[in-house]
Amino acid sequence: METKRVQLRPGVWLTYVMEEKFKTACFSVSLLSQLCRDTASMNALIPYVLKRGTNQSPDLQAIQERFDNLYGTSVDPLVFKSGEIQSSGFYASFPEDDFLPEGSDVLRGALSLTMELLLSPATRGGLLLPAYVESERENLADQIAARVNNKRTYAVFRCMEEMCRFEDYAIGRYGDEESCRSIGYRKLSRHYKELLQHAPVEMFYCGRAPFRKITEILSDLTATLPRGELDDEIGTDIRMNSVEEEPRITEEHMDVAQTNLVIGWRLGECMEEPDIPALYVFNAVFGGSPNSRLFLHVREKLHLCYYASSVLDQVKGLLLVSAGIQRENYELARDEIFSQLRLIAEGQISDVELGAAIAAIVSDMRSVPDSQASLQSFCTAQVLRGLEFGPEELAELAQEVTAERVARIAQSVVCDQIYLLSPEEGDEEEEIQEEEAEETT
Amino acid sequence: MMQRREYPMTGDVLYSGTAACGLRVRVLPKKGFTGSYAVFATDYGGTYRRFVLDGQEMDTPAGVAHYLEHKMFDLPDGENALTILSSRGADVNAFTSTDITAYHFQCTEGFEENLRTLLHFVSTPYFTEETVEKERGIIEQEIHMGEDSPGNANYYSLLGLLYQKHPIREKVIGSVESISRITAETLYQCHRAFYRPSNMVLAVAGDVDPEDVLRIVDEELAPADPERPQVLMESDEDLVPAETRSVLQMPVSQPLFLIGAKILPEKEGPALCRQDLVASLAAVMLAGQSSPLYHRLYEQGLLNRRFDCGADRSRGVAYEIFGGESRDPEAVFQALCEEIRRVSEHGFDPALFERMKRVAIGGNLRVMEDFEDVCVSLASAEFDGYCYLDMPAISMELTLAECEDFVRTWLQPERLVMSIVQPPEASQA
Repeated sequence: METKRVQLRPGVWLTYVMEEKFKTACFSVSLLSQLCRDTASMNALIPYVLKRGTNQSPDLQAIQERFDNLYGTSVDPLVFKSGEIQSSGFYASFPEDDFLPEGSDVLRGALSLTMELLLSPATRGGLLLPAYVESERENLADQIAARVNNKRTYAVFRCMEEMCRFEDYAIGRYGDEESCRSIGYRKLSRHYKELLQHAPVEMFYCGRAPFRKITEILSDLTATLPRGELDDEIGTDIRMNSVEEEPRITEEHMDVAQTNLVIGWRLGECMEEPDIPALYVFNAVFGGSPNSRLFLHVREKLHLCYYASSVLDQVKGLLLVSAGIQRENYELARDEIFSQLRLIAEGQISDVELGAAIAAIVSDMRSVPDSQASLQSFCTAQVLRGLEFGPEELAELAQEVTAERVARIAQSVVCDQIYLLSPEEGDEEEEIQEEEAEETT
Repeated sequence: MMQRREYPMTGDVLYSGTAACGLRVRVLPKKGFTGSYAVFATDYGGTYRRFVLDGQEMDTPAGVAHYLEHKMFDLPDGENALTILSSRGADVNAFTSTDITAYHFQCTEGFEENLRTLLHFVSTPYFTEETVEKERGIIEQEIHMGEDSPGNANYYSLLGLLYQKHPIREKVIGSVESISRITAETLYQCHRAFYRPSNMVLAVAGDVDPEDVLRIVDEELAPADPERPQVLMESDEDLVPAETRSVLQMPVSQPLFLIGAKILPEKEGPALCRQDLVASLAAVMLAGQSSPLYHRLYEQGLLNRRFDCGADRSRGVAYEIFGGESRDPEAVFQALCEEIRRVSEHGFDPALFERMKRVAIGGNLRVMEDFEDVCVSLASAEFDGYCYLDMPAISMELTLAECEDFVRTWLQPERLVMSIVQPPEASQA
């Protein structure tokens, strides 16, 4: 695997990965900006509106015919946040020409169409078409509202939202429903132009084409990208301590069968100089693998749940645990989760479990190059964090992590928020909340 | 010896063989990949509740195949295969569907040792009343998690409309009540009936030597009963549904709908594969992203990007399915019926058909990128009597006429049913 990184134009970067083992290739283009409430849903909405039609192919039917003729090339809006950086753009996947009838040039076709979507939208009087903006605005707002449909991810989102309520990180990657519904086509057109001018642009390609060919095509296709003063001061504010001394507790009720418990911690002081390999290994020991404390104790020993797992946001410095339980087992589950974390902090980590956690991380990292989507997200995340090492280096570094270094992470974390999404049960809510608040002190 | 066959359309080579114990082995060598993937699957799923064992008819509780899958990881001496495999860094898991149970792992190191462990634990039933009991709490939580999933609830209510008798009506996972009747004895019986090598397939993809895989199987698995178990399943022959609507209320943001129609599946083999492909292509041309109907409904705000259509199948049943979210599912239903009438009379646009053929060429390459999907598909296609890698070539043979015939035969509007999950407010309005 050959990887290169180059600046094609001011603030327009390409990460290039040469890989011949796949039958398809991928290309992504991302416009980066600071995540904030005023612009988040506009940034998110832009690729959806752009996908409705270009100058040359002004409606769904015309655009879709071009995708079909490119042997089912897909170009989909790609919107995500990494810490407090929001990224908005497209992800394209297309078959390698080597597998197609002779003379095919899907590579050029797919890259051109992706950049045409980004840079040459269907407009009237220089403005995005009102009908497209209105329809995609409603679709996106509906999609934001549909977060509630998946109770587990909804609970994780709500915990994070409560926990970071004084920080921009609380904003979802699509922004919030209310500001989304208020977007008009004039305002969006203006914002789109500004974004094109000021946003740093990250592109990623993985496939068989030589580096020179890709840079030539992309230099050509980005020639019309307007470039003004770049917003390169974007970044993430890391809060080390909890908002209040004791964890805040929020319980919400819904017509559900299961209670979703989510607990959020700040990673704390260890974020001053993050020990990245140890953070990965810590998560695998605590709740990120089937050999983890949460899986073995909360699920296998106490049989309290089907899932209990942890995730880290290394950029923002957060640890989140989620578990689906019966409401009456809340205290039991919570106490066990805290107790396992405390044991890790005390350094009670066996060689076997440390070895298993390291093996899991090594295997995860070494399989990154087996999937283009994993490569794309790994490389983009590294770039956004300003890190230069690849998955193989991380696998090597993980093997040197000691129990002490893992314990140090557990010692550093500070619990900030407990969130429960539980079945409706009438008027008892307030009483329960008070009671719990006392118990956790 | 493994037989080698080339598949020029996707540039793949497949090795096939049968081990001494009767296990069918399929290996797809993948040069240059770090990870290797293996799935050990049995032709046994949630709907196989009634079967004959030692000449006796058995009727097992709903959820038993899935319960068995959970308990297979336990080994004698308190060992656990999940712990063993994952402690070596392998990513291991299992799933149970309506007609297949599969155990799989992906690893970057120690493939041979991991493969031995996989073959060993899936062939080693070890259950005690105590270990079976302790799993009940975990599975109950999994059941509740499913109850809170609107997609899951909607899917089963669609199946309930389509099928009156077939066990596909019932959840693969079972209910809190049905799993309370599962004992260690039930699990042993089901294992004995369905986990015999002749009823199973091992599919491997990765940078591995096919002959090594066969040798490892021969070393790990002893010869066993070559007979396939006899499964008893009630069939539904009536194509016109008794009820055509079901409405559930759940906390969702806007109505979710599933529209379905029953298809009588071909018995097995390439004909079955071809029918699946025709069924999917007909759905895509009627309402998929490239269809005039989808564009129209999208522009009217009746559909959004979260819409999908195709065909689904399990042993003895097949159905067409269209699903998404809409503020007005009835309007979508009516528009689909109209489009079916129009296509039945005037046919599909031949240009659309030609474009869909090109899309299929790219799609066939894309599906081969996902090892897990490919291995599971290789196994399930074996259970259906064809080779999954023949699918791309068959997809190129489809004709416009057979897609149109399919619509006329199976999708007549009176056969269509719709299941809806809607927010509680919507019903009061």
